[in-house]
Amino acid sequence: MKTKQLSVFLENRPGQLSIPCRALAEAGINILTLSLADTQQFGILRLIVKDWERAAKVLQNAGCVVNVTEVIAIEVPDKPGGMATTLEVIEKANLNIEYMYAFTFRRGDKAVVVFRFDEPDKAIEVLQANGINVVGSVELYDMSEN
Amino acid sequence: MGYTVGTRAKFNPASALDYLPTSKLRELQLSRLRAIVQRAYDNVPLYRARMEERGVTPHDINTLKDVERLPFTEKTDLRDTYPFGLFASPMREIVRLHASSGTTGKPIVVAYTQEDVKVWASVMVRSFAACGVDAGDIVQNAYGYGLFTGGLGAHYGAEALGATVIPISGGNTDRQIMVLKDFGVTVICCTPSYFLHIMERAGEMGIDFKSLPLRVGVFGAEPWTEQMRRHIQEASGIRAYDIYGLSEIIGPGVGIECEEQAGLHIFEDHFLMEIVDPATGNVLPDGEEGELVLTTLSKYAMPMIRYRTHDITAISPEPCRCGRTIRRIRRIARRSDDMFIIRGVNVYPSQVESALLEVEGTLPHYQILLTREHGLDQMEVQVEVTPEVFSDKVGALEALHKKLSSAIEHTIGIRVRVRLVEPHTIKRSEGKAKRVIDQRNLQ
Repeated sequence: MKTKQLSVFLENRPGQLSIPCRALAEAGINILTLSLADTQQFGILRLIVKDWERAAKVLQNAGCVVNVTEVIAIEVPDKPGGMATTLEVIEKANLNIEYMYAFTFRRGDKAVVVFRFDEPDKAIEVLQANGINVVGSVELYDMSEN
Repeated sequence: MGYTVGTRAKFNPASALDYLPTSKLRELQLSRLRAIVQRAYDNVPLYRARMEERGVTPHDINTLKDVERLPFTEKTDLRDTYPFGLFASPMREIVRLHASSGTTGKPIVVAYTQEDVKVWASVMVRSFAACGVDAGDIVQNAYGYGLFTGGLGAHYGAEALGATVIPISGGNTDRQIMVLKDFGVTVICCTPSYFLHIMERAGEMGIDFKSLPLRVGVFGAEPWTEQMRRHIQEASGIRAYDIYGLSEIIGPGVGIECEEQAGLHIFEDHFLMEIVDPATGNVLPDGEEGELVLTTLSKYAMPMIRYRTHDITAISPEPCRCGRTIRRIRRIARRSDDMFIIRGVNVYPSQVESALLEVEGTLPHYQILLTREHGLDQMEVQVEVTPEVFSDKVGALEALHKKLSSAIEHTIGIRVRVRLVEPHTIKRSEGKAKRVIDQRNLQ
């Protein structure tokens, strides 16, 4: 149920973001979604790609420091209050969200959001017990191609 | 040789002089010292003038302690007498010249007679033997060949030992790795920082060092730390030995660690050592830390009298478990002239290194940049982010940044700027690592 996410260290200066993106482009790897966290000093680029093992190698060969972590993709109703309801479940279970970001595609009337939890296994349990759909990576990769 | 030999060491006939009874060794040193001082006095105007200034003649040297009456020789003396001013032999007798890469202006030039070259090879043979290398080994010599003494010094030593030498010289890392793998290399000689670079590149190429027959590294030409050794040994599965030498004295082979890895044995039959207070020049007792001062006891073409090495160390007087009677110095982690002064505080790159090691466990690639902003000195430590410390969480990286800053501040006593940089952004060196970039004079 978990999805692999690649993170890349970036120095905070012009042109740095294009290095990993160009490397993936040249290898013909499509980025499903990404988010960029930045401080004054440095940035962390987080990516979801289908062929994450090959992408990690491509990025390493391009000289990037790459880290692989597990995140969870959750379906959230795409209507007012959809996010708030989902967050309520998470808060009640005392799950800590490190960060989150959304996919550009939708599934029917649902948006898909990536969550990074400290305890992903516990999070999956809680979410499913509360009727929230966790999207597996195979499903996720399929969706991106439709 | 008829002398008693230590029981624990694997005895190699080449190393007999390492085991002389101390009284015999001191006798040999004294007779050689007297001869070399006479030679310097007779043939080198600078030495004669300096001794006359002090009112000392070669006849005043009656004990080893009398060396303290002689004047020091500094690196600037070699520069001032460039190129051949300190030679004690006519060119007809000199068979080799080497020169050090001077960072400013002219290099310094050193000379060898045929006999000097033989002595050099003999101390290198003893060096290799001390770390367990023998005729069955295949030695990849990645020290630079040329004017630098490292390449030819290690080359002739390994060859005289009977080992197979691959004179690959420095650089072209991918080819180094190919040869390491394909030729079944068992011993590599290079600077420790270059070996780290080779390991890093081999890792990227998917080569497991532990699967290679490589078992010994003879690393020198720059200061390195015990933590760096541990990292190299654990990550590559080889035994990493520290070799010491400097062109002014002979090149590599002034001293080396034995298999105990507990300090460097100095080949005292050829090199007389003293430890002095770097500020006053006063000789310090064994065990105390100070600057190493060396006198060559058998070098003909270019005797060095009380040469100030600027290397900071201490003599370990207690006998080594290996049984060698030649004494050891502590590994040299810093040089008195590596030191830079920032906002009135003396800083050694090794202090920054130990702070980085303390936080990260292994030594990342780093560089120190000194600048002057609005009349105030700034020190920035650039540290490459490694996969081991990188995290997808901003908080974790910020915590790492903070830990690095406070560890450095704690070690050197002043606040510095720490900048996390992407891997491979700090220039790799194929020879001595350049840790400090001082741009303060350019502004």
